[in-house]
Parts: sequence; structure tokens; C-alpha cells
Amino acid sequence: MADTILVVVEQQQGKLNRASWETIAAGQTIAAATGWALEAAVVGASIGEVAVEVAGKKLAKVYAIDAVVLGAYTPDAFAVALKQLVEAIQPKLVIMPHTYQVRDFAPKLAASLGRSLISDCIAFRKDDTSGQLLFTRQMFQGKFAADVTFQSEAPWFATFQNGSFRGDHAEDGAAPAPVEAFAVTIADGVVRNKPEAWFKEAKAAVDLTQAEIIVAIGRGIKEEKNIAIAQALADALGGEVAASRPICDNGWLPMDRQVGSSGQTVAPKVYIALGISGAIQHVVGMKGARAIIAINKDAEAPIFEIADYAVVGNLFDIVPPLTEEVKKARAGA
Amino acid sequence: MKILVCMKQVPQKDAPLKLNEAGTWIREEVSYEVNEPDAYALEEALRQKEKHTGEVVVITSGPARSQQVLREALAKGADRAIHLEDDAFVGLDAFNTAKAFAAAIKDEQFDLIFTGLQSDDYGFAQTGVILAELLGWAHATIIMQIEKTEAGIRVKRELEAGYFQYVDMPTPAVLTIQSGINKLRYATLIGIKNAKNKPMRKVAMAEVASAIGPNLQKIERLYVPQKSKQTQLLEGSPGEIAKKLVDKLRNELRAI
Repeated sequence: MADTILVVVEQQQGKLNRASWETIAAGQTIAAATGWALEAAVVGASIGEVAVEVAGKKLAKVYAIDAVVLGAYTPDAFAVALKQLVEAIQPKLVIMPHTYQVRDFAPKLAASLGRSLISDCIAFRKDDTSGQLLFTRQMFQGKFAADVTFQSEAPWFATFQNGSFRGDHAEDGAAPAPVEAFAVTIADGVVRNKPEAWFKEAKAAVDLTQAEIIVAIGRGIKEEKNIAIAQALADALGGEVAASRPICDNGWLPMDRQVGSSGQTVAPKVYIALGISGAIQHVVGMKGARAIIAINKDAEAPIFEIADYAVVGNLFDIVPPLTEEVKKARAGA
Repeated sequence: MKILVCMKQVPQKDAPLKLNEAGTWIREEVSYEVNEPDAYALEEALRQKEKHTGEVVVITSGPARSQQVLREALAKGADRAIHLEDDAFVGLDAFNTAKAFAAAIKDEQFDLIFTGLQSDDYGFAQTGVILAELLGWAHATIIMQIEKTEAGIRVKRELEAGYFQYVDMPTPAVLTIQSGINKLRYATLIGIKNAKNKPMRKVAMAEVASAIGPNLQKIERLYVPQKSKQTQLLEGSPGEIAKKLVDKLRNELRAI
């Protein structure tokens, strides 16, 4: 059997998420480097149309795992279904987007096969001399990157962080890939969790995705009362105040002001990060900003890796005069 | 309810980290603290115990220094601790760490196991889920609320983009806890004093060695990430920096 890569895409109610296209692009990159064939799997209930949509991409085959029990996501059903597919088709490598859903079942899936998952990768490289496949992931909250290799027999499992590959780089196929139904057996009693429908808490009072300018604060703001300093700058610029998760966890700002993987994803014209270290969970929510200004006293903070303008210094010294200068500039303009 | 909380000691958030000479790990001479989501996991376990009675047991793996997180947990109200003590535990992958924990608790009967949703060092976000698979238990991740029900528990899972979901599930179960699920408590003086007399079971590597195997993944190289962006460094006095930033905001970013 030829070596293959299996991409497991993610759909909700018949709609693929953006990360799925990115993971197909990742698969195409790895396929080009290794010469392995690329296949995809769609998992859910009534997913025929999604499978056809995926089959438009440059893939050797698309497996449709369509079962009523897979309609509402549970880790038990997804892990069991994909285990059966992996055992049947024996891919070398299984890749998935590093979404909350995948995080929920992928470690179980890999462990159930006695195999390893390299989670939250941001890049892939094949070493020309050793032939090793290197999966790059961030560690220590983004302060370091690590090149990681698999040490076991295949199948290997890896997940890719949002934005690691560009979804619009996923190539279309010359002709649609064949879609093959894959039947799974999920016995009664296998699925233990009873999930309910998704919901949102109280409607968000602020839509950060529409803000042109965002002044965001992190742990470096130190105390709740200091938020006024950031608010003053945001007001002077006509922008909104946002925060990294710990600030909202402390209850200093409402959850709808949170930017990051568990909060909003924003892409403003200017993002000013005050006292934000730049942990991955925050960065995924704001790296699409057109310009990032970072002010942080720690010169090693990962936020500076993605900043367009960097100020290493104490935000409490810099922000008040900055606010005054902005006011002056706007008054004079 | 009998609850096990898996905890980990990680480098302090703002600790300056340096690479070792081989470029495979950090130099260990830094300050450490409890992994933040694990602190929330512990707090949640203590609250559940206060509501339903029972026992809270904390477990960690790592060198002697990592006992500090267990001591702190005992001071906050955990009843006893299990320390898998060996330098070699630091280098285990998530699969092996889960296997070591499963072996260490094989004679225990917990209703729930909590872990933080991920660690600030490796950031695998896997150990809890793998542990559930090894034990044959149900699991749910990124939990923001836990209620006891007649048949088991009802949990609130955090999903992406501000969505949540309730899930009813049986016990025993493994839950990975999200930061912010509750408000953390501080240890009291009396708590710190009492902690000294609480049981701390030490588990040597030899006791769990037969349960673990070679790591299935390996860090070939750890390094400072290459910058993908051109960054302009703005320097000077606060007043000068303020003027420079306004100049950039106005003339380069057209934001003023």
C-alpha cells in the first residue's frame, strides 16, 4: 500500500471551518515534500455536500464517515470512528486542525492506537540530509520553538495551529477527487457524554471585530485601577479596550473584551499591546492586525516577535505621555 | 466525591529562560510556580469537596523542587499528595506522563480527575485526555462549570468564538479545567501549618518504570523562534517615545 497522509477536516452543521482549508494546505505541503498521497476524511451526519466540497481540492480521495451518532460531536464517537478508518487505511500521517474539538478527541484517538500526537504545530519541514520529518511547535508560551520528531511506528498524528498555513493556498484538483463512504460501527454504550446545543452567554456589548484601533492590556497592567490608563489612550485614539485572558479571568474586564483563542479574533488597523507577553492563545486572536505596537518591559516577551513597532519599557511611564501626545495631535489635525 | 488533581510546576511566567548547551531544553536554574490552569483545577476540586464532602488528592511528577506545588495545594486544603519524584519525569512525553500517573494511582478509586487544560511549558494539552483513555473513563475538556447530578455530572464546556455547551456525563471522569472557572483562594497561615502534617506519598521512577516506555516523540532542537517580521525598535525617554509613536500612528499607519 502506498504511503498516505490523511487530513481530518472539521465541519459544524455542514459548514467547514477555515482551519480545515489550512490543514488541507498543510497536507499538500507535506505531500509535496514526502511524495506521499494525500487523502481527506469528513466526519459527521449528513455530510455528503461537505465531502463533495472537500473533493474539489487536490486530493487522492475523500472518505465520508456519515452516521447519525456522529451528528452531535462527542469524543467517544469521533475517536472510535476515526480509529476504525485509520486501522482500515493505515496512513503514515494523520493531520488535523488544532481546534477545541480536535484537542478534545485527538489525544484519545492517538492513545487508543498506542501512538503519539504532536499537538499545536506551526510548521513542517523535511530535513534533506537525515530525511527526518520535523514538526515545529511553540513551547514555553511562545518563548521558544521546538523541532519535534516521531519516534514510533506509523501512524503518526499531528495538529496544526490556526493560521500556520494559508487556507487560500489549498490547491484545487484538476478533477474532483473520488468520495468514498466509509461505514463505521459504533456500538450502543460507546458514547458516554450527552452534549447539548451550543449557546452564547449574554450578547456581547462590544464587537471588537469592528474596531479600527484596539488598545489591549495583559498582566503587565498589574491592577484593575490601572485599566483607566489604557482606556484613556483608547479614548484618545477613538479605539476600544481589549485584554488577554487573565484580565478577564480576574473579572477586571468583561469576557466580551477578550482577544484570543477563547475570545474574539480581531484584525484592526492598529493593535496596541500593553504589558501583553504574547502567549500563543492570545496571539492567534490578533496576529491578523495590520500593525502591531507592543509596549512591554520584558525585552524577551514573544509579543515582540510579531510586533511592527516595539517599545521595551514600562507602560506606566510611556502610556500617559503617549495619550497626551495623541490628544495634541488630534486637536491640531 | 473523591477527586484527584494533576498539577505541574512550570517556570515562572516572566522568568528569563535560557537554552541549555545542547539546545534541547532550558537551563533549570530558574524560578518556578504552579501551572496556572492547574491552580484553577485545584480550586475547583476544593470547592466541589466543600459542597459534597469527600477528599482532594494532588499529584505531580518531577524533581524534588516540584514538591512545592503539592505543599501549596495541601496548604490550600488538599488532603494528601502523591509525588512521582525523579528528574527524568521532566522529559516524559504526554503519553508517558499519563501512563506514569495511571500506574501510581492504580490502587485508588477516584470519582473525578482534574487537570489544567494545558501546561505553560510543553503546552501539549493532552495528558488529561490520554489519562482518561488509559483508565477507560469518559472525559471532557476546557471546563468552565461542574455540577453533580444523580447520574454523574453536568459540565459546561468552553467552545470557540464565545460559545459554550452543557454536557451530561457519567463518573468516573477526567475533566480538563479552563483558567477563570473560579476565583483562586490564598493559603491561610493555619493551612500552611497544617500542611506539614498531611500525607505525602513518594513514588520512585522504579515503581512506575514498567508502565512506561520510550517516548514516542522527541524534541530534536529547542531554539528562539526566527522573527518573520521587521520590527522597528523605538527608544528614548518616555516623552520621546510618545512623540515617535504618534509620528508612526499619523504618518505610517494613518490612524490619527
